[in-house]
Amino acid sequence: MTALAHIGSTGAGAQTPGGPAPEPTKKGGITAYLLLLPGVLWLLVFFVAPMAQLAAVSLQSQFPGYPGYYYRDVNFGSYVTAMTEYLPQFGRSLLFAGSATLLAFVLAYPLAYAMAFKAGKWRGLMMICVIAPFFTSFILRTIAWRQILADEGPVVGALKWLHVMPSSGRITETGFAVVAGLTYNFLPFMVLPIYASLERADPKIIEAGGDLYANGLTTFRRVTLPMSMPGVLAGTLLTFIPAAGDYVNAELLGSDSTKMVGNVIESQFFKVLGGFPVAAALSFTLMAVILALVFVYVRRYGTEELL
Amino acid sequence: MRMNQERDPRVRQLASMARASISRRQMLGGAGAGLAALGLSACAPPEPPAGGKPELKLPKDMSATEKTLAWANWTAYLDVNEETNKHDSLEAFIAETGILATYSEDIDDNDSYVSKIRPQLQATPPQDIKRDIITLTDWMANRMIRDQLVQPLDLIHIPNAGRLLEPLKDVSFDPGRLYSLTWQSGFAGIGYDKSKVGRELKSLKDLWAEDLKGKITVLSEFRDTVGLIMLSQGVDISGTFTKDQVAAGMDEVTKRVADGSIRRIKGNAYMEDLKSGNAIAGIVWSGDISILRAETENDNWEFVIPDSGGTLWSDNMMIPITSTHRRNAMKLMDFYYRPDIAAQVAAYVNYICPVTGAQEEMKKIDPELADSPLIFPTSQWITEHNVKGFRALSAAEDEEYSKMWAKVVGN
Repeated sequence: MTALAHIGSTGAGAQTPGGPAPEPTKKGGITAYLLLLPGVLWLLVFFVAPMAQLAAVSLQSQFPGYPGYYYRDVNFGSYVTAMTEYLPQFGRSLLFAGSATLLAFVLAYPLAYAMAFKAGKWRGLMMICVIAPFFTSFILRTIAWRQILADEGPVVGALKWLHVMPSSGRITETGFAVVAGLTYNFLPFMVLPIYASLERADPKIIEAGGDLYANGLTTFRRVTLPMSMPGVLAGTLLTFIPAAGDYVNAELLGSDSTKMVGNVIESQFFKVLGGFPVAAALSFTLMAVILALVFVYVRRYGTEELL
Repeated sequence: MRMNQERDPRVRQLASMARASISRRQMLGGAGAGLAALGLSACAPPEPPAGGKPELKLPKDMSATEKTLAWANWTAYLDVNEETNKHDSLEAFIAETGILATYSEDIDDNDSYVSKIRPQLQATPPQDIKRDIITLTDWMANRMIRDQLVQPLDLIHIPNAGRLLEPLKDVSFDPGRLYSLTWQSGFAGIGYDKSKVGRELKSLKDLWAEDLKGKITVLSEFRDTVGLIMLSQGVDISGTFTKDQVAAGMDEVTKRVADGSIRRIKGNAYMEDLKSGNAIAGIVWSGDISILRAETENDNWEFVIPDSGGTLWSDNMMIPITSTHRRNAMKLMDFYYRPDIAAQVAAYVNYICPVTGAQEEMKKIDPELADSPLIFPTSQWITEHNVKGFRALSAAEDEEYSKMWAKVVGN
């Protein structure tokens, strides 16, 4: 578990105590660059280059009279289309991802807390339970939810029997199912960072809260929670960012009126003749929106320890 | 348009993407392309075929020396021997001609398959897609022919092609069948579980009944779903309909989604909803009902052509421009147009057999199937039931309607 305990503990928190780092020698400098080389190359080939290509595509114009054919241009029309026509899907993506992040946090914090402080010998087993879903493809797990939540499946059957749900009610093909699917799929990404930051919190500091006459709730609020903030921040980012761009849950669990931006991009790319520039513009807009939100969020709640 | 697999095509696609082992050459190719983009000289988008390009230049045919052939088709679309797990008809072709034909179920969905091969076919010079026959639905065949991505067929080398059913001979996307040959055809109509619905469904109006709300699934293929609705609105979908008439058909779908009648607009994966009970009726493809009956062990599944008419579609074999084995490919097409072989395939896939004379052969295999109008419809049956093929769209219509339809399905 020690390896996990250090998730998200880079930078200041992980710095080894004991004197300043030795001055880098000239030879060390070259080694550092050599060590960077694979990573930089990777980013150039698989991140920078595709981004440049995507940007070029998003600005293309269509050959008049030849749908599906484009020429190089600097045409921002696709961005206008992306931001005006697909506003509802953008709103829904942010709403669904936000709700899923919140739900995941509410579920994950007590779980992580229990694992870090109360689990004792069960900690290993609990950790396996959190990680085990990763052994199966997340698409297969989402399909499994379709079966579990089907109209004639056990969940809907039980709810109808209890008269919690009207006899014509359903769970799949609803926004609720999409949010539930997102929450389920991204929960481990919330649990693990929070657990990691709680686990390496010094219990003596928490005890000190009690010694200073704080009750349990106050200790949690003033001591434990702030100490786990780097984990909470990492967890929310790891959940919100992929959830906002996700299209699998909306595709498999949602209906035609609960589509998210990811579904629109997929449809523009694969289904709509001549939709490439709009798909590329939508991708960029989504990235910009998420980046802006994350920037504000990190500025507001970020701690130095995370950076 | 094959659809009897259980999983969502998109899911299969994602899974295969996750699984796809990229060969070193592709990898280097990808890296090369990436580096080229870095130098801000990323490959320019392909130009339209009429953009002043020279006549179609086909690669040299190597059929005489290379006795091979690669065929891309949809899942469960060729007879399988359950004991040997081999395609008996294909084995017979190999034995007879000595051409080593490889068959791959590459296609889950017209759009996703073509978006994979199109960039290669459109590159200058075109890059070999390593397939000699591809099997695509009418409207996609229309695009491929329009964009000059397939080779013309030499009908003289396919003598059996003359056996093609009369209604399929002159299609609007390929007048005279110069580029394509039908593989299988099918109808779209109403499918439902008679015991669960509790009555007969005859028209589209019957689908929108109050007690079926939220239990209806319709096809994401708009030429089928909107086509059926347009027929019920009195429009001839094989004729010169207008944009307003298409829009009226699409509005009906939007309305039925909004009022909760339609649970989901789905592609191949709609079968899963019918099996799980999420849907008990809907707009479906004809061949799927026999598969549903077998898989759910429920003989209550019925397929009907709505009283206002049904749609007829085909999947078509074509030779991509990069193929160097067109003679071999045409030999295979000819082989599958032999009545006995066509009957052998039809007995397995249960779609419309496009080969005249196969009905006689089917009588030897399964007399009951030989009498089925869903496999061997007569011209009279087709006229009586007002079954029509959706007219090939012009490029501008194609673009406009695909955009309109994307809005209807919530994208």
